Amino acid sequence: MSTLLKYIFRFAMFIGVQVFVLDKVHVHQMVTPYIYFLFILWLPFNMGRTQQMLIAFALGITLDSFRHHPGFHTAACVMIAYIRPYLINLLIPQEGADSNYDEPSFKSMGGIAPYLIFTGVLTFIHHSWLFLLEAWQFGNIWYFLVKTLLSSVLSLLLIIITELMFARKQKFRTNTV
Amino acid sequence: MRNIFLFIRRYFNVILFLVLQGFSIYLIVYYSRYHKAIFSKTANQFTGKINEQYSNVAYYFQLKKTNDSLVAANEKLYNKLKADFELPDTSSHLAIDTIKVDSIEQFRKYRYYPSKVVYNSIVAQNNFIVLGRGASQNVKEGMGIIDPNRGVVGVVTEVSPDFAVVMSLLHKDSHLSGKLLKGGETGTLNWDGKTPNIISLSGIPKSAKVSKGDTIISSGFSTSIPKGMLIGIVQEVKGDKSTNNFLIKFKTAANFYNLEFVYAIENNQAENIKTILEKVKQKTQ
Repeated sequence: MSTLLKYIFRFAMFIGVQVFVLDKVHVHQMVTPYIYFLFILWLPFNMGRTQQMLIAFALGITLDSFRHHPGFHTAACVMIAYIRPYLINLLIPQEGADSNYDEPSFKSMGGIAPYLIFTGVLTFIHHSWLFLLEAWQFGNIWYFLVKTLLSSVLSLLLIIITELMFARKQKFRTNTV
Repeated sequence: MRNIFLFIRRYFNVILFLVLQGFSIYLIVYYSRYHKAIFSKTANQFTGKINEQYSNVAYYFQLKKTNDSLVAANEKLYNKLKADFELPDTSSHLAIDTIKVDSIEQFRKYRYYPSKVVYNSIVAQNNFIVLGRGASQNVKEGMGIIDPNRGVVGVVTEVSPDFAVVMSLLHKDSHLSGKLLKGGETGTLNWDGKTPNIISLSGIPKSAKVSKGDTIISSGFSTSIPKGMLIGIVQEVKGDKSTNNFLIKFKTAANFYNLEFVYAIENNQAENIKTILEKVKQKTQ
């Protein structure tokens, strides 16, 4: 399967699951599960920062058009797409390791811990920016903090489950580029 | 000039980031103030189609519940039939109406249109409902929406040819007026964005007699929702120390968790009232 086709399919799946499965699950007002932004985390290492941000913008605005109040998810997606490359540079174990594999995963990031930090931090940033923008209109700080924390935990759990259920086959590319 | 280009090239990503963030925040602010964005006119029609497909599937799982609520609504209507009432002979006599034309139709104020709910959100801070009925099926902006048991759901804010977006009561900017059935005092509905199905009613003076279990109905002051539609049942009454008003929390009559069918209400006098109000506004300015 060509890479572009794979990403288009992934895009549609993530939006579909988010809108038609997770948005229909009402766990609690304080706990909102999110998974669609995993699409941004799974983008390839070697993609330019500009492209990443534009793709994140497209993803956010697609989800927002289902929610009928545009802006919130777009802002959060662009935010994590901007921060993602910095975080990868910090967490990648050795020089040039990011050229061995295509995209971030347990294997390519060199272990469970770095990948968990990578997803955990970005999940937290995504949620806090999203809920901060939402809470702005209500001005309730505790509501924002609790909602961000609880939702981040649930989303992280969902991401780990997804990661285990859909093992992505990653080819080891030669490191003598 | 060259330096400007160098600057832009060097900080292109930062600038792009700021532009994209700025645009999203502009969308949030602009949209929540005017409930309209050029973007959503087209997105509405597109996402509406997808949502409709989904709702067609989900519809089957709700059939039993839908049926029950329709039976309940029917039962109420049956009990209002004229044949159910009989007066003693001396006070009434039978007369057959021979006019074939429906002579009352010209005085009609409200007309109800049934509609399926295609999309419904609850967990967000600003919730919307999408109806599978739009401008080409007589739905207009500003029409009120009620559920089969006459519980108020919201007001139409946007229409596309085949779909309409409804701002539900669970929305920050949704401020319909509600009235206590017992005393008749009128207040404003506000949602605090926390628990769905629980809304507060403000502006009820402490002189009013309110207790738990009282009914709140629509006031009929707006052109969108007729008087006497159910809004909710009072759950908690507290005195506000800073003002002379009560803080009332109530449970909504409409259950926003499982909306399946709703009715859109057209008010034939809405246009008239609007033009008069505008005239008054022009005079006072």
